[in-house]
Amino acid sequence: MTFAVPANLEAEIDELVSHYPQKRSASLMVLHALQDHFGYLTPAAMEWTAAKLGLQPINVLELVTFYPMFRQQPVGRFHLKICRTLSCALGGSHELHRQLCAKLGLDAHAHGAQTTKDGRFTVEFVECLASCGTAPVMMVNDDFYEGVTPQKADEIIGKYTS
Amino acid sequence: MSEAATAKVFKPAPPVDRITVKVDGQVVVVPKLSPDWQGKLVPTTMIQACEAAGVTIPHYCYHPQLPVAGNCRMCLVEFGTPALGPDRKPVTNPDGSAVINKSPRPAIACATPVSPGMEIYANTPGVKAMRQGVLEFLLINHPLDCPICDQAGECKLQEYSVEYGQSATRFVEAKVHKPKAVDLGPRIMLDDERCILCTRCIRFTRDFVGDDALGIVNRGSYNTIATYPGHKFDNNYTLNTVDLCPVGALTSKDFRFEMRVWFLRETKSVCPSCGTGCNLLIGSRENRIYRYTPRDNPAVNGPWMCDAGRLDYKWIARDDRLKDARGSRPEVRTWRDVLAELAGRLRPATAGSVAIVASARLTNEELYLIRKLAQRLGAATDTIPHLGDGDRLLVNADKNPNTAGARLLGISAKPAGANLNDFAAGIRDGLIKTLIVFREDVTRFGLGADLLGRLDTLVASNVLPNETTKLAHFVLPGCAPAEKRGSFTNIHGRVQRITKAVEPPGDARPEWEFLGELLELITDRRAPATIEGLFNQMAGEVPAFHGLRWAALGDSGVTMPLEPGK
Ligand code: SF4
Ligand code: FES
Ligand code: FES
Repeated sequence: MTFAVPANLEAEIDELVSHYPQKRSASLMVLHALQDHFGYLTPAAMEWTAAKLGLQPINVLELVTFYPMFRQQPVGRFHLKICRTLSCALGGSHELHRQLCAKLGLDAHAHGAQTTKDGRFTVEFVECLASCGTAPVMMVNDDFYEGVTPQKADEIIGKYTS
Repeated sequence: MSEAATAKVFKPAPPVDRITVKVDGQVVVVPKLSPDWQGKLVPTTMIQACEAAGVTIPHYCYHPQLPVAGNCRMCLVEFGTPALGPDRKPVTNPDGSAVINKSPRPAIACATPVSPGMEIYANTPGVKAMRQGVLEFLLINHPLDCPICDQAGECKLQEYSVEYGQSATRFVEAKVHKPKAVDLGPRIMLDDERCILCTRCIRFTRDFVGDDALGIVNRGSYNTIATYPGHKFDNNYTLNTVDLCPVGALTSKDFRFEMRVWFLRETKSVCPSCGTGCNLLIGSRENRIYRYTPRDNPAVNGPWMCDAGRLDYKWIARDDRLKDARGSRPEVRTWRDVLAELAGRLRPATAGSVAIVASARLTNEELYLIRKLAQRLGAATDTIPHLGDGDRLLVNADKNPNTAGARLLGISAKPAGANLNDFAAGIRDGLIKTLIVFREDVTRFGLGADLLGRLDTLVASNVLPNETTKLAHFVLPGCAPAEKRGSFTNIHGRVQRITKAVEPPGDARPEWEFLGELLELITDRRAPATIEGLFNQMAGEVPAFHGLRWAALGDSGVTMPLEPGK
């Protein structure tokens, strides 16, 4: 298996690690950096992280499987993260999720993240995105959308399909 | 001098080293600090104070020999502390007793330090309700497969369910299913559905063993104990996690589905597999051994033992065990005849014509009898060292359990095994005519078949056949340590008792019994008929045993200074 971290990324990661009194404290930051670069976290990436931080791979796997924002599979080009925590649930996030799934031909009842066949969109429920007052909210990659009405949802999808 | 004077003036308040608390109304005085799992002094906790008061607090994750995790919440108790007035002085009731402020919320007894005047309420309706609640949550996703679970009968979930469980479930949703029969490593099988996530196994493996092999993956009700994919859970101590696991999640591949634990008779004994001498329980039923489990002895092994020692019992039940006593002629095959014939040969032996290869696998008492025999016959003795791998925890590189005993009794040469060359030369030169071998195959240690063939008399006592027993004129079948009583002296000079758990096969007998009889036939002096008597005679006669008494050994042994006078 070839897993190579480019020199500039490794330099960036070393710099990150240097911010912490204990190397292991940088675990999440290192994983985010790797995920940002590679798109998802492979076993090789986790083992690399463990070696870098003087940990055992199991320690890293614990983190990766605990935090929903880490993924072990690739996602689509556009990653739709719909908040389903209380305020958004009350504000219609389940309806929003159903609507988006229907529009993209995905199964709204399946568990976990789902990706369209063309690899373009991934739809997923996530927990609170910290904008509870403007429910329902969702993110598409790093863009943030508040008060997503059905009409607004259509517009958003339109923007990414065009 | 002036320092002393200053010290007098600024005399600091005497350190408060004891704390008085009440547990369910009962006053107990506990030390302010107590040793933690590494022996470091840390504030005494509620669970320790309750223990001191004789009140047992139900718990899962807490283990006195592990770092405290405080995750299971089974040990929740209610408590109160003395009310303080504006002057920071305790407020008192009209009758002079302290006013207690009851805490509005409970605390986990395993991780909450006690403070002076604290009152712990361990049996209130509120506490019972909390225990019930915790248990109900723990059982929500549990498979309730007790009828086929190895832990049944010694399971904390079962035990606390008797006290705090409910007869009907209120859970109508679907249970979360998790991996079953997970092959964690060569000796451990994991049922993740039974796991209550106390993390005892993780802490033991990481913090005690130093092998960061286990972790919890996934989140919430999907939490699962796991190794990193492809990594095996394999260190010298993995089977301790089976004992530690309060439920039936971690099971021993060796013991799995072999026997219901309540049928096992437990015999206190000592592991004979290395010089450490971990204390253990032999679990047996109908004369068959099913498992060894460690028995807590803080002076030797704590509550742990190594995997190799734990599994080193299979050979005891081997079919090819030596079962028949054998003399030089086929018709000599009862013990009485065999010993009579052997005594007849040994009695006239001249000094120097007999050599004895004893074994540091024999007990102190047996080696003592061999010493007497050697003294009477003018025979040289020795033992053969068996070295293997040791580690920094319990496993000793010396694979004999009684090296110190053999040395103290003067049976071993210095160093052990040094006489073997002389024995070979003596046999070759025809000076040594009789060789008596206990528990060894001397053909593997320089006394080959050709050499043994020159002897007039070769006596072999053993439990399993080997090249030496095959060549022997006399075969004296002996016992596994689990089949007899006696004592071993471990590598640090601790004298510990072994106890009989099962009967030896066929005519095999404890070595100390037939050695005593042989000695009587040769010397006309009767050896003590019991292990107690034999031990006491030995300890009275051999200065290195400092006049110890068998009774004083108790279940956990006594450590002697190994070099008297130093
Ligand atoms: S496997 Fe046993 S010891 Fe380990 S966390 Fe689960 S219940 Fe606790
Ligand atoms: S509940 Fe959706 S942003 Fe907080
Ligand atoms: S024993 Fe105290 S929280 Fe588990």
